[in-house]
Amino acid sequence: MAMNYIDQEAVSRQLPKRIAINKIIRGLFFGSTLFGLVVLAVLLYDVITDSWGWINWNFLTSVTSFDAANAGIIGAITGTLWLMIIVGPLTMILGVATAIYLEEYVKEGRVRTFFETNISNLAGVPSIVFGLLGLTVFVRMLGMGSVVLAGALTMSLLVLPIVIVASQEALRAVPSYLREASFGMGATRWQTIKNVVLPAALPSILTGMILAMSRAIGETAPLIAIGIPALLIPLPSGLFDSFTVLPVQIYYWTIDAALNAELASLAAATIVVLLVVMFILNATAILIRNKFQKRF
Amino acid sequence: MSQVSVKQNAKVELQPQGEKAEAKKEIVYSTEKVNLWYGKTHALHDIELDQREQEVTAIIGPSGCGKSTYIKTLNRMVEMNPDVKVTGKIYYRGQNIYDRRFPVEELRTRVGMVFQKPNPFPKSVFDNVAYGPKIHGIRDKKLLEQIVEESLKGAAIWDEVKDRLQENAFGLSGGQQQRLCIARCLAVEPDVILMDEPTSALDPKSTLKVEELVQELKAKYSIMIVTHNMQQAARISDRTAFFLNGEVVEFDKTDTIFSNPNDSRTEDYITGRFG
Repeated sequence: MAMNYIDQEAVSRQLPKRIAINKIIRGLFFGSTLFGLVVLAVLLYDVITDSWGWINWNFLTSVTSFDAANAGIIGAITGTLWLMIIVGPLTMILGVATAIYLEEYVKEGRVRTFFETNISNLAGVPSIVFGLLGLTVFVRMLGMGSVVLAGALTMSLLVLPIVIVASQEALRAVPSYLREASFGMGATRWQTIKNVVLPAALPSILTGMILAMSRAIGETAPLIAIGIPALLIPLPSGLFDSFTVLPVQIYYWTIDAALNAELASLAAATIVVLLVVMFILNATAILIRNKFQKRF
Repeated sequence: MSQVSVKQNAKVELQPQGEKAEAKKEIVYSTEKVNLWYGKTHALHDIELDQREQEVTAIIGPSGCGKSTYIKTLNRMVEMNPDVKVTGKIYYRGQNIYDRRFPVEELRTRVGMVFQKPNPFPKSVFDNVAYGPKIHGIRDKKLLEQIVEESLKGAAIWDEVKDRLQENAFGLSGGQQQRLCIARCLAVEPDVILMDEPTSALDPKSTLKVEELVQELKAKYSIMIVTHNMQQAARISDRTAFFLNGEVVEFDKTDTIFSNPNDSRTEDYITGRFG
């Protein structure tokens, strides 16, 4: 009882056209991919040629100066490090704790949906808004001034939603049979989380952490909003010192390049340093992910 | 809570009980009029079942008949699903398991569970077995080593893993993983062991090993086993309950169920007319 609906001849006639369309579509997708890569390559070429000859030991270890030839970025590097030292542990603790609460303790329902919706919305709030929040609350209301702590707290608020969402996803990816095994032996929820769930989720949580850190390193707007200075001579040495960071340094040098063309080269050189730092962070995230991914 | 468990662990040392237990077997679990809903789906209807000491009760029935759901009500694992509602009474050695004064952690310490899919932790063989004793407060390394060894021997897997205790449990075969999970369960020194289709993911040879093991464990533990496999139920159980559409159609001695069932539906299922 062979069916006879498909005309083999017609199929043969159409086939070259169908194959051709497939090739065109494939070409379009390849073109889209290429577009991003080409733009990135042009950007890299541009900053590297602009900064050529400017990146040297002196540049990395000197403080800023009005004299472009003597200016360095040690101040911005120190400020960025200070920021990371506070933002990292703070967001890790708050973010993972929030994620654990939402994923493991709150039952699915309205409360959880309410929290989750708000956190996702927070993740989408423009960074300048966080800057204004930081300016109002930390700098003015709490009277901190534009210091390391105020900047770090502002930046923590900014990346916290990212850490929470990434940690939630990491916890959700832990297979439920592992939890069942632990509960089945009479473990409490906390014992199960501590001994089984967290160790299994840690690689993904760390990956999310590092991505959040690379976001925090590159953010400029919120720190400009809280008013960190354009020029900084003494290096920050504590939570209540003034500071500046790499992207803000880039921003001010780019603006001043209208007055002194050499400053554009300094900005380009700083961009290269920032990109290298971010590249290292992202590579670490990928390494961690690959190392632990195959465990389940 | 952990204090109590430590004492318990020290007292009961994986030893066979005396012969007088043979005379009159006590009821360990009794289920009275248990109904269960998943959201609006009525999954269990008026379940009445008793589990006796040192016996194997098999629960058979077609897919979706509620047998796994039932066994998970016994250690309240069914509550992992937030939409579940249970009514009726389940007594474990005379204590209502839904009584607030009877913490679920204590229940699950006395009632172990082996799952359908072997679910070792991504830890070493040793750490898998030591997990239970550790969460119940045992820190002494010598004691832990002893518990691990005895539990692995109890689960008939010691000879296969004694030289690789520090290796990741994921490196074991499926059958070995399942016996490791049984060892992990024994390490908590349970009174009852619930097994939810423990051999459904295993090859015939590993299945046989687990079945033999169940026969050995019967001397010390009360076992309730859900199975798809009627021959398995016939081979290893003392009593069999036949579930259909969330109801217990028939519950009797295994011999009776398989040779002279009361209900025509039981006979149809056993003779392979459906299911």
